[in-house]
Amino acid sequence: MSTESYPDDLRYHAEHDWARVDGEEAVLGITWFAQDALGELVHFEAPDVGASVAKDAAYAEVESVKAVSDVIAPLSGEVLEVNQKAVDEPETINEDPYGAGWLVRIRLADASEVDALLDPEAYRAHVAEQ
Amino acid sequence: MSYLSLTDDDREAMLEAIGVASLDELFEQVPEGVRFEGELDVPPALPESELVRKFAELAARNADTSRELSFLGMGIYDHYVPALVDAFLARGELLTAYTPYQPEMSQGVLQAIFEYQTAICELTGMDVSNASGYDGTTVAADACFIARAHTGRERIVLAEALHPMVRQVVKTYAPGFGMEVVEVAHDGGTTDPARFAEAAADAAIAIFQQPNAFGCLEPAPELAAAAAEGGALPVAHVDLASLGVLEAPGAYGCAMAIGEGQSIGNYQSYGGPHYGFLAARQEFIRRMPGRIVGETTDLEARRGFVLTLQTREQHIRREKATSNITTNQTLLALAGLMTLCWLGPAGLRELGESCLALAGYAKERVGLPLAFDRPTFKEVAFRTPIPARDVVARAREHGVHPGYALGRDYPGLDDVLLVALTEKRTPAEIDRLADVLQEVTA
Amino acid sequence: MDLIFEKSRPGRRAGRVPSHDLPVPEVPEDLRRREPPRLPEVPENEIVRHFTALADRNFGIDTGFYPLGSCTMKHNPRVNERVVGLPGFRDLHPLQEDDGAQGALQLMWELQQILAEVAGLPAVTLQPAAGSQGELTGLMLMRAAFADRGEPGRNVIVTADTAHGTNPASVTMAGFELAKVATTDRGNLDLDDLRAKVDERTAGLMLTNPSTLGLFDEGIEEVARIFHAQGAFLYYDGANLNAVVGLSRPGDMGFDIVHYNLHKTFSQPHGGGGPGGGPVAVRAELEPFLPAPLVVREDDRYRLDHDRPKSIGRVRGFAGPFGVFVRSYAFMRAYGPALREMSEVAVLNANYLLARLRDVYDLPYDRHCMHEFVLSARTLKREHGVTALDVAKRLMDHGIHPPTIYFPLVVPEALMIEPTETETKERLDEFVEAMRSIAAEAETSPETLKDAPLTRPVRRLDEVKAAKQPVVRYAFEDAGAPDRIETA
Repeated sequence: MSTESYPDDLRYHAEHDWARVDGEEAVLGITWFAQDALGELVHFEAPDVGASVAKDAAYAEVESVKAVSDVIAPLSGEVLEVNQKAVDEPETINEDPYGAGWLVRIRLADASEVDALLDPEAYRAHVAEQ
Repeated sequence: MSYLSLTDDDREAMLEAIGVASLDELFEQVPEGVRFEGELDVPPALPESELVRKFAELAARNADTSRELSFLGMGIYDHYVPALVDAFLARGELLTAYTPYQPEMSQGVLQAIFEYQTAICELTGMDVSNASGYDGTTVAADACFIARAHTGRERIVLAEALHPMVRQVVKTYAPGFGMEVVEVAHDGGTTDPARFAEAAADAAIAIFQQPNAFGCLEPAPELAAAAAEGGALPVAHVDLASLGVLEAPGAYGCAMAIGEGQSIGNYQSYGGPHYGFLAARQEFIRRMPGRIVGETTDLEARRGFVLTLQTREQHIRREKATSNITTNQTLLALAGLMTLCWLGPAGLRELGESCLALAGYAKERVGLPLAFDRPTFKEVAFRTPIPARDVVARAREHGVHPGYALGRDYPGLDDVLLVALTEKRTPAEIDRLADVLQEVTA
Repeated sequence: MDLIFEKSRPGRRAGRVPSHDLPVPEVPEDLRRREPPRLPEVPENEIVRHFTALADRNFGIDTGFYPLGSCTMKHNPRVNERVVGLPGFRDLHPLQEDDGAQGALQLMWELQQILAEVAGLPAVTLQPAAGSQGELTGLMLMRAAFADRGEPGRNVIVTADTAHGTNPASVTMAGFELAKVATTDRGNLDLDDLRAKVDERTAGLMLTNPSTLGLFDEGIEEVARIFHAQGAFLYYDGANLNAVVGLSRPGDMGFDIVHYNLHKTFSQPHGGGGPGGGPVAVRAELEPFLPAPLVVREDDRYRLDHDRPKSIGRVRGFAGPFGVFVRSYAFMRAYGPALREMSEVAVLNANYLLARLRDVYDLPYDRHCMHEFVLSARTLKREHGVTALDVAKRLMDHGIHPPTIYFPLVVPEALMIEPTETETKERLDEFVEAMRSIAAEAETSPETLKDAPLTRPVRRLDEVKAAKQPVVRYAFEDAGAPDRIETA
């Protein structure tokens, strides 16, 4: 399992999701805090490629043995790619939540939404309150 | 008489430990306005011996199959229940256990359910079975709920020759699922694949029964293909007792196989409790309702069994669960497993052959025309010269219950009598049936 | 231990089926079974040993104390098994004409009378197969009543945050939307939160009372007023009815619809997961909508009444789980009016355990309880890393079935304890000593608790592995996949 961290190059959503924005696209995942709260993940119910995701709405589910959680989209857009490794070996999400355990890559619908996300400092403060 | 265990001294000591003067203090949390004062208006307590007498008197007012020679079927059958079933259903470790939430305390039930799931998959040709549903009607509603989620479609297609109670239950559930029901009329005792295909276009699910409610063998492979053609999930409602001689639904393209398990291992018991089974192809595993047992290992790498994929279920997924079911019919399903072990593959085939043979003999021996010109399994529909209800009433005066008057469910079939032949019937009993029918229809 | 399938050898068998020396008609070729099912081929003595070994690896109330909260694991009287086996019940066909089933129908009618008296409501259907099906039936009754009243827009059901998962799941299956209401620090419904969530779209409330915290809702009269003032219904989840039989009736509390769990309150053995029974009682206003058929009495005759034009329809086959009715009715007839004492003792036993354990475990709601109570292992976890799960597993080594754990969700590290009325004081004291010794061990040797159980047929099982790559049937090593057509 990984150790707690909230990388500086990411933007965060209060529902414990992160986004790595790169021009017109973004890669999405769940934070260390989220995977730790759920425990060892056994299933990632991914969206279909081509599906649209809406900011603040659920676009996928992750499951441990005794819990299931919606994954909330930090940004709106269209799914371009699903991380097959996270589907096949969901423990990857626990082991490397910001790297090999990313969930989906999307094309952004509205790049201005990024401005509303939390920066790492704000998210760390949010986690500290939990 | 009661089953309480505390002495007066115990009560005193316990109240003292709690720190209250009387029981009443414990009930102060119940607002005065909703307390029930006085005595419940229920019959007085009976000592055990008198209780047994009272129940024996009630039981004696029923015409069970030891008091009438019975050819009643239509979904519930007088098959033989092996003696070992009675013996194991009385074992308190199984009988008086709750759902196996704690696997270390429940390896017996968990392994038995795993074996049951395996047996149901083998019989039906499917990949996954749950630990049981309530009965043969509610599993059909379960299958519709799965199909709604899987296909996103809203229409349910039911063959009219599917058991009327199954259709009624599906119709009760469907509005809550946001689904509508379409029925396909039978054509001479079976379902026409072309009409089934027409109805199944754009439907979520299409369910037929094999053998159907008239005892006839449906063209099951054609019906499954017809349903699939329109993109509907083909589902067969089958009789486990037939699956030693009739093809498994998985072998002719069904997405799911469902049914009432009573005919394997359960007494008739005036309709319940019995077990419904629901088995499906692998792709539906995460949409299955209810308990599923899976194999795993313990800390010392020994094989063990646990309830698995529980995130489907109501206690975790709550309003998004695949079903609200929690209590199921485990003990009855285990009776089914024990019976299947006792029969083995040879016995199950012989059971089917015995039914086929007796049905064949009844067709020859009963001097009434067949209602439908179709192959059958263990039930035969005869055309009666007077209303079948009257035939039943008159035959019962001779101590023979000749079967089910199909007009009770199917308008237009008032002159059709459905006669069930299990392996427990004999040629001599069929001779008697034939004689009585001749007399009462003369 | 081997699976029965691993004990199979070709050519062995147990049962034989009569052939009647008759010719066997051919099944049409396209409908005939091609590959025989791989059922086990085992002689009878080995089947008997197999199931004996399985029974030995299981734990029931007959084995020992089973304080599984919310499941009411009381003694299952053996006379009930005797009477349910009478041939007049056991071998009675459900489609037998009513005149050939008078004893069964009378039993069901008399059971309905007692259930109605216990609920304080006049009309009862026995049909639902279990509590959760009773819930669904109750919600369908609400929908039918609103349709009949011309108020189809009522689409929201309110549940408590302490509710069993079946409540929200039933709400979805019945096509309603869910609203959740919070619980106060005293364990009652939060009336302010409730008022804010009840309006003209509200169809009803689903509530367990006493709640899953084992606490009677002290504001229940006001709760009922709020819903009734809006024209909505109150549904009573009978999971915890064992606390109040003869003491407080749901109908008198203001509930309009009630389900009973015959396998909890009225001693139907739970059989390792089922069967159960979930009859539903209603106010007179809702009677026309009850599932058909209903058992009715006319003079001295009983019959199934199918002619019910406003009925929601049928919710299961035939007239319900009859064998469950026989056992539950026998249980009621053994008690008579002393059913009240049954509930009183259930409450006494629970409060006794609570009093003796409150100094070693956290007590999140510090009140007298009803028939069950919820402790928390929160402090043990914080100070020693010992969780509710560890406590549960260690209890097994004391020969005691663990309580319900991690429920209700509003209590962290929850241990939900329900002793029922049938235990002796000695059994209760044994449990107290076991729980206290475990709390002491948490301080002195927490690793012992992490290793527990050590005395069961298996140690802790890898549930992650079971969920990741589900193996849900035996693989039959030597065989390939069965032939089949891939049309689905």
